[in-house]
Amino acid sequence: MNFSIYDFTSFTKWIDNALNSSMSPGWAILVELVIIGIVFIAFYAVIGLYLVLAERKVCALIQNRLGPNRVGPIGMFQTIADLIKLLMKELIEIKHADKFLFNLAPFIVIIASFMAIAALPFAKGLHAIDLNIGIFYLFAVSSLGVIGILLSGWSSNSKYSLIGAIRSGAQVVSYELSVGLALLSVVVFSGTMQLSGIVESQANGWWLIKGHIPAIISFLIFLVVSTAETNRGPFDLAEAESELTAGFHTEYSGIKFAFFFLAEYMNMFIVAAIAATVFLGGWMPFHIQGWEGMNNVMDYIPPFIWFFGKTIIVILIIMWFKWTFPRLRIDQLLTLEWKYLLPINLMNIVLIAFIVLMGWYIK
Amino acid sequence: MNIFKYFGDIFGALKSLWGGMRVTGYYFFSPGKIVTQKYPENRKKLEMFERFKGEVIMTHDSNNKHACTGCGICEINCPNGSIEIISNKITNAEGKLERIIDKHIYHLSMCTFCGLCIKTCPSKAIVWGQEFEHAVFDRQKLTKVLNHPGSSLKKETKKEIKEA
Repeated sequence: MNFSIYDFTSFTKWIDNALNSSMSPGWAILVELVIIGIVFIAFYAVIGLYLVLAERKVCALIQNRLGPNRVGPIGMFQTIADLIKLLMKELIEIKHADKFLFNLAPFIVIIASFMAIAALPFAKGLHAIDLNIGIFYLFAVSSLGVIGILLSGWSSNSKYSLIGAIRSGAQVVSYELSVGLALLSVVVFSGTMQLSGIVESQANGWWLIKGHIPAIISFLIFLVVSTAETNRGPFDLAEAESELTAGFHTEYSGIKFAFFFLAEYMNMFIVAAIAATVFLGGWMPFHIQGWEGMNNVMDYIPPFIWFFGKTIIVILIIMWFKWTFPRLRIDQLLTLEWKYLLPINLMNIVLIAFIVLMGWYIK
Repeated sequence: MNIFKYFGDIFGALKSLWGGMRVTGYYFFSPGKIVTQKYPENRKKLEMFERFKGEVIMTHDSNNKHACTGCGICEINCPNGSIEIISNKITNAEGKLERIIDKHIYHLSMCTFCGLCIKTCPSKAIVWGQEFEHAVFDRQKLTKVLNHPGSSLKKETKKEIKEA
């Protein structure tokens, strides 16, 4: 396989060597951290803003509307204008709120999604940190966000916020299990938890295809469960506009509200990117064994186009969920997890272990 | 729980969810079906719908005649007093006293568009107009006199009113 034209390992190595030769190792690491931080903040802003725009456009098309179409061509700059408006808005001080926790909560939510994005491989050699327990790290970090949501609900001292936060807590605690088990199926298939290793193991086909029926079941479960994890779509009980006004972020205004809003969309991007990396091969081009001509053509498409293409498809599916299904009640939500998804997931894991043991998958 | 019912539920749910997603997916991929319009751009050829409630107007025919007898039923029925009728009594050609309206005053600024006046008008003198661009710089301009200056009552037999 020929990936050398799009291998970023030598590029990052070159930056590292250049920095180390011109300053002491401590300073070099600091400068590298700052560079990565700036890149991610810029990436965060662009992706977050355009996901909001994409959501509004998708929702409009599904509802036979035009959607944003005034600011810039086909409304391209609508969300940028929205952000400027939010930046200029007053930050309302809540008299009876716990000031410290109230101000801390949005940062916890946004830092949790920031930490998750660090582990994602965008291309060969293009990831901030390649942990050997990448998937495990993602589980751990993705459930940190709920602490911020619980804190915001508690410290707002408002019943709507508190109900929203408690619902979110119940939801994340139960759905975290299924996220773990759904991703575990691919860990069993590929035999590694390192994200770059998982992507490398899909060089001759994606796990969704190689793992046939059980992989498809875990992919479907992961789509449902990750929608619930990000408090979106039919599972948006924590916000539930019609019952709780805005749930946990009822009392927030201005840029603090924007943080929650941005974090929600970034979490959607992150779960879509995880689904793309684990089930759909990440930055790995689409290969069919034996068709060398087609495989070579596929190799010339840059890996980040593959990565973002797959991620965007998963994001569109999640948006499609949101604008199709009505919101679940809290008991229906818990029934779905504990009576249906979790038992099926456990059976599926046993099935996958058996299939891997017998070697009944495409190697 | 019966195991067949359990799996039946799952497949039934998947089927019905897919049914819903097919409907929304169809609309997502058919942009020709968009029903909203770009308003200020299409202002020249904009046509409002027949049942649209823009404002209350009084219809006048080509001879500048209206059908309002000044009975005051619309004024009584209006829940917040948006209608005021100033009527007058004159003697007609036969020497009988007759009631005519001086001014049918309509306060657009107070109107809730409930339509009770139009529903109860016995001579169908007032109807819904399609005009909706009501923004003005002076609040006084929202108080309108519905009968045109110099207009008079159209004489109709009761049969004609029924037919209309």
